[in-house]
Amino acid sequence: MSNNSIVDIPTVNKIARLSRLEIPEDKKQNLTNDLNNILGFVANLEEVDTSNVEPLASVTGHKLPQRNDEVVDGNIEDLVLKNAPESSGGFFVVPKVIE
Amino acid sequence: MSELLKLDLLGASKALKAKSITSVELTNAYLTAIEKTSKLGAYLEIVSDHALEMAKASDKRLANNTSRPLEGLPVGVKDMFCTKGIKTTASSKILENFCPPYESTVTQNLWNDGAVMLGKLSCDEFAMGSSNETAAKGNVINPWLKNINMSPGGSSGGSAAAVAARSALAATGTDTGGSIRQPAAFCGITGLKPTYGRCSRWGIVAFSSSLDQAGPLTRTVSDAALMLNSMASYDKKDSTSVNSLMPDLLSFLDKGVKGKKIGIPEEYTQEGISDDIVKFYQKSINWLKESGAEIIPISLPHTKYALPVYYIIAPAEASSNLARYDGVRYGVRKEAETLDQMYEQTRGNGFGDEVKRRIMIGTYVLSSGYYDAYYLKAQKVRRLIKEDFDNVFTNVDYILTPSTPTTAFQLGTKQDPLTMYLNDIFTVPASLAGLPAISLPVGLDNSGLPIGMQLIANAFDEPGLISTAKSLEQSAEFNFIADGVAK
Repeated sequence: MSNNSIVDIPTVNKIARLSRLEIPEDKKQNLTNDLNNILGFVANLEEVDTSNVEPLASVTGHKLPQRNDEVVDGNIEDLVLKNAPESSGGFFVVPKVIE
Repeated sequence: MSELLKLDLLGASKALKAKSITSVELTNAYLTAIEKTSKLGAYLEIVSDHALEMAKASDKRLANNTSRPLEGLPVGVKDMFCTKGIKTTASSKILENFCPPYESTVTQNLWNDGAVMLGKLSCDEFAMGSSNETAAKGNVINPWLKNINMSPGGSSGGSAAAVAARSALAATGTDTGGSIRQPAAFCGITGLKPTYGRCSRWGIVAFSSSLDQAGPLTRTVSDAALMLNSMASYDKKDSTSVNSLMPDLLSFLDKGVKGKKIGIPEEYTQEGISDDIVKFYQKSINWLKESGAEIIPISLPHTKYALPVYYIIAPAEASSNLARYDGVRYGVRKEAETLDQMYEQTRGNGFGDEVKRRIMIGTYVLSSGYYDAYYLKAQKVRRLIKEDFDNVFTNVDYILTPSTPTTAFQLGTKQDPLTMYLNDIFTVPASLAGLPAISLPVGLDNSGLPIGMQLIANAFDEPGLISTAKSLEQSAEFNFIADGVAK
């Protein structure tokens, strides 16, 4: 883990791109250092033997409840669009995607 | 100080029911207190008219004896809870104009039980922080010291500061790795994180969904019981909500600790704990012993891996949860040429540094080639941490630890993210295991700052946790009042 955990600026660029986050050039070095410190800090997990351990995703261990797939509300288009930065004719508006 | 502000939640409830005070009088006293303590920065939004309307309605019910459990009691709400028609920002610039068209289940439960809403309380941005300094609108000041601006802790820093300064009778908080208990400890009040699944997460701004839990911040253990009675409920709208009835916690206040076994984990007495906290830890152990509890040394061997596990799992879930802030459906948009540029600039501009760091870490540990080494590994070690607790709970009933390694620190003194993360070293393990835990004040350190002790119980044993905490509270006799309290 630790050998692969060293992130550099190209890695930060890649992760920022996957995260859809614009990071200003002058902040990239500090961010890289912070990420390396944090990844270094979590590297001690390597020393734990987990060969026969199942990953834990739910602490309560209860099964996800199931329900019928039915419409329980709706007809609230105005409320749904109320907080949108831009909407038109019942749609969310985004910058043009297809030329 | 107004006599009304001296009443705690349970005391005010009794006075209202005895008709010796009215909710309008009480609510006005708190609205005045909010004004007088405004320099603490605890409130982001104050809803005076709304509060007085609710208070009037409560007075009517009190007059015709149809009052509900929290009738007429003015409380504050952490800005992580969506409140219908009232701005909900999660202390983030990206949500600065967000006005939810719906109400969170937990806050709806409070209003259904008659509580009066005073306003929205500041917190760390998206509840990510341990000092309230990541809030977009600036930090909150801890009301305890007169001349030095100390941190109230975080992320529920506004909630803790308001309850300590008596500008809210009680407040809601959310706790992911210690965000109720650590600020409660720093501000000399009580903070309770229930079992994961007790309180519905529906309508709470999501940070780390497998860890987030709502809970109360109050002046006393009894008040915490009264608040959680109303906040907890089974909710079909949260798939992780647990359908198990919680008994009336108020009926467990005086059960005591006689014959109870209290575990003292050897791993929680490492270096780096302040001497005064060590002293009060020992005192607390003695108090519980004098009250009839049996003290048993225990070991939770994977404790030292709790923070690393937390700082993989929480950012991973956060990076996924926060993907929704895209400038399309709600929140602040930064206009740009292309859709991708719009996303990147909206998010780059709207999120603060700590939130960006956590999104980056989360994206990294979930990315192709690193998922197994980090995320899956963390989930496996999380199981070992939970099994540590399962093992000791076959021998003991409760676990006592300090809430924090140090008392409140000065604002602006912890710039390095890792130093900040270490604040949560004693609170994170119970979060990872989904266990209920409470922090209560037991004394002051040599600079006059409150010291908190944490009690951890087995899953769904909030009743016993309340009995034990109440016993410790009675022994500690913590009667100090913050200097910055509303006068």
